[in-house]
Amino acid sequence: MQYGISILLSGISLGGQYALIAIGYTMVYGILRLINFAHGDVFMVAGLMMVYLSASLPLAAAIPLMIILAVLLGFIIERAAYKPLRTAPRMSVMISAIGVSYLLQNLATYVTGGLPQMYPALPGLSNQLTIAGVSTKYVTVVTPVLVVLLVAALTQLINHTRIGMAMRAVSRDFETAQLMGIRINSVISVTFIIGSLLAAIGSLLYFTNYQSIVPLSGSLPGLRAFVAAVFGGIGSIPGAVVGAFLIGICESVIKGSDWSVFSDAFTFAILIVVLCVKPTGLFGEKVTDKV
Amino acid sequence: MSEQLLRLDHITMQFGGVVAVDDLELVVNEGEIVALIGPNGAGKTTAFNVITGVYQPTNGAVWFDGAKIIENHPQGKMKKQYKGQCDGLYTETLSPTPDKITRAGMARTFQNIRLWKTQTVFDNVLIAKHCRSTSSVFSAAFRLNRKEEAAQRAQVEELLEIVGLSDVKNELATSLPYGKQRRLEIARALAAEPKLLLLDEPAAGMNPQETEELTAFIGEIREKFKITILLIEHHMNLVMGISDRIYVLDFGKLIAHGTPAEIQKNQRVIDAYLGVADDA
Amino acid sequence: MLNEKKSKRGTVIALLCALALLALVILLENTMKPTGMLFTVLKKGAVYALVAVSMNLLNGFTGLFSLGQAGFMLLGAYTYAILTIPTADREAVYYLYNGSAVNFSLPELFGGGAVGLVLGVLLALFLGGCAAAAVAWLIGLPVLRLKSDYLAIATLGFAEIIRAIFQWDPLGPVTNGANALKSFPTFSSFNIQNADGKVILRLSTFVPFLLAGVCVAVIVLLINSTYGRAFKAIRDDEVAAEAMGINLARHKRLAFCISSFFAGVGGGLFAMFANQAQAKVFTTAMTYEILLIVVIGGIGSISGSCIAAFLYVAASEWWLRFLDTETYIGSFKVPFLRTGFRMVVFSVIIMVVVLFFRKGIMGDKELPDLLKKRQKKATKEAVQP
Repeated sequence: MQYGISILLSGISLGGQYALIAIGYTMVYGILRLINFAHGDVFMVAGLMMVYLSASLPLAAAIPLMIILAVLLGFIIERAAYKPLRTAPRMSVMISAIGVSYLLQNLATYVTGGLPQMYPALPGLSNQLTIAGVSTKYVTVVTPVLVVLLVAALTQLINHTRIGMAMRAVSRDFETAQLMGIRINSVISVTFIIGSLLAAIGSLLYFTNYQSIVPLSGSLPGLRAFVAAVFGGIGSIPGAVVGAFLIGICESVIKGSDWSVFSDAFTFAILIVVLCVKPTGLFGEKVTDKV
Repeated sequence: MSEQLLRLDHITMQFGGVVAVDDLELVVNEGEIVALIGPNGAGKTTAFNVITGVYQPTNGAVWFDGAKIIENHPQGKMKKQYKGQCDGLYTETLSPTPDKITRAGMARTFQNIRLWKTQTVFDNVLIAKHCRSTSSVFSAAFRLNRKEEAAQRAQVEELLEIVGLSDVKNELATSLPYGKQRRLEIARALAAEPKLLLLDEPAAGMNPQETEELTAFIGEIREKFKITILLIEHHMNLVMGISDRIYVLDFGKLIAHGTPAEIQKNQRVIDAYLGVADDA
Repeated sequence: MLNEKKSKRGTVIALLCALALLALVILLENTMKPTGMLFTVLKKGAVYALVAVSMNLLNGFTGLFSLGQAGFMLLGAYTYAILTIPTADREAVYYLYNGSAVNFSLPELFGGGAVGLVLGVLLALFLGGCAAAAVAWLIGLPVLRLKSDYLAIATLGFAEIIRAIFQWDPLGPVTNGANALKSFPTFSSFNIQNADGKVILRLSTFVPFLLAGVCVAVIVLLINSTYGRAFKAIRDDEVAAEAMGINLARHKRLAFCISSFFAGVGGGLFAMFANQAQAKVFTTAMTYEILLIVVIGGIGSISGSCIAAFLYVAASEWWLRFLDTETYIGSFKVPFLRTGFRMVVFSVIIMVVVLFFRKGIMGDKELPDLLKKRQKKATKEAVQP
């Protein structure tokens, strides 16, 4: 029983962290039809920046600075690596995304010297607490609450603001939106900014749990979050969140069983099954191609 | 009396709640040129897509060259939503992919030209020959099919000669002027050795002179290849000039069919094209 | 007729060039110091060239964006290794599992010696390719129906699943779990020795060149055949291809299986190059590496992929090595140089190629095309003095 609760708790918190990354994937995909392979690495870099900033600054200054820098990184990546390829075939943009991911990972290896970095303990998040006889960190409880709050705020933004309306229009029809005078580039930038912001917050929560960061720390959580986004229906924010929680719980169940070697394999198996059975995911909209 | 080559039986195509083609009955006899006309959105291209296997019809059957090639009836969600007629008349589901239908002897062109852009004129036509090739991957890769390959190349040369494109055969397909691209698309379809050629608005975007040339060209093709043609077209000069029979669609329904002379006099057709005055 | 004659002449010239290259390799290998970096680069470059070309067949010529190459290489590498480890060495290699479940070795089955070695290695490589192709066929059934980017992520996922399965402990007696397989015949096993064990003729670079060269030649033949043309038609316009009688499912599966077959053979060769086969090497990063080679060489250019493979390997293993070591000029320490800097510079170069030289080295042209163009220009100039 206790074991079950502890697995469930860690699954929910993991799911929440994936949700924050998955939103970035799903929003970018919704607008640019691009799998932003570099998103997981932005998440990793945000974690590393926290390590280095907290070494020299008080946490109260380090956290906001880290978030700002991560957002800036997301913005710059879009402007430098994706914007010039706006009219290029989709394959080129995806290759560019893979290139950025490769660059960020190599940069991280260079800076850290390839050694795992210890994430700083964050007061309030790292402290222990006991729920139903299971001892865990505060972050486990904070994560789902924070996710719900952030998603609520994001939905408000998308449904009730001018920029939100522009985003919805662009995701519907890129070219028409452009013809209707929507400034595509600023919409896309905002999308990347929001995605990176959420990834930065996600990294705060995720690495408080896992503590050590290596240059490849971003790639697998990134892929899992992407799977979550597909599972929920790519382009749909609530879908990404639900998918992420499901993936998180599944992963933590499998990690607790004898089949832990297959936890990643299982995630991908889900992906392939979803793609083949219901490519639109749980909440996705059906798109038909015209001949 | 010539034989029926293509027959559509009660073909209905419903997208969600919209019936795009409603209970269409159509016959094309061997050697004929038949035109399918109608105002924009009448369901002509949808009918084409059903015949060529791009869409699976909601209800009805298609017969080609003496065999039933397509059949379907409302299934699943469609059972409740179905608004067409002849529900329950068909029980089988037969929906081959477009490539099978092409190999059965139909080839089409597209409303918006779809040539293979990075290939030369010659290769565009040669690739269409692939579906008639009998060699396996191994024999093709290790050049054991020399004879077949040489024969196909010769046929393509000949075909390009006939359609008047042999002087540009080594150019990229997309570098050709618009009219020649249309011609090339028809040549490509002919290379698949069809019994029935389906032309989807072959004169779209052409000026009167080009249209005239095309009309002559289609006539020539029929003579030289002894081929049957079903075409969709808006240019009435072309349609009236070469068609043996004409079918008229409006809002998915067949409103008239007959010889060009009959169609020109048909009041319903005139109404559909010009609109009926509300106060009439 | 004229065309045919020309193409025949082209084939002869290409064959002569290939033979000259092979002869040059043997010559170099037997005259220069065999431990030089050059030979590592040549061997690895040959292997990577084959794998890059196999990926190009799929990504460049059929328009299917697949990221499963490392997974198929893994299958080839393991099949090759499992089938060729000498029975006497199995105990030592599989010491954690008390010996191997597979208790034969192909080179020995063929009677050992030089003949057994050649036949055994060839058959094992071939079977490695077949294993990869068979798995590709199975994977292809559900996955090939997916659209471009979904296909990429699904194949990536499959490669990860394959990697996890091969590291799974219960399969240890076959795959040696997470440990490396070794002691199988490698490229240097092909060096010819005299009775005293002294090498009289080095063939360790020649062998990968020959094998990779033959495979690439087969791919080129395929691409220029009627099937290759069908693949290109699918890449250019799927709807038109289907309307012209090309069975999409069948041709996509064909391209996928053939590409995987050669990736599997490449995996076997990679194991021979690395002297070991270990699942953890065949990561997504490896697929990315190969993809980047294809991009640098030009998507849709076989000769581009080959040239880029050698350039890439040479740059990463040899020419840029100095970036990884701290260097002093006099007492001045050159800034930035330390472990990892090479890869940073490297990825920046790649980004520059991706962003500013989108066509790569060759675009979609081949080497002969470039020569032809020059000829045309020359004749034009001759005509218009």
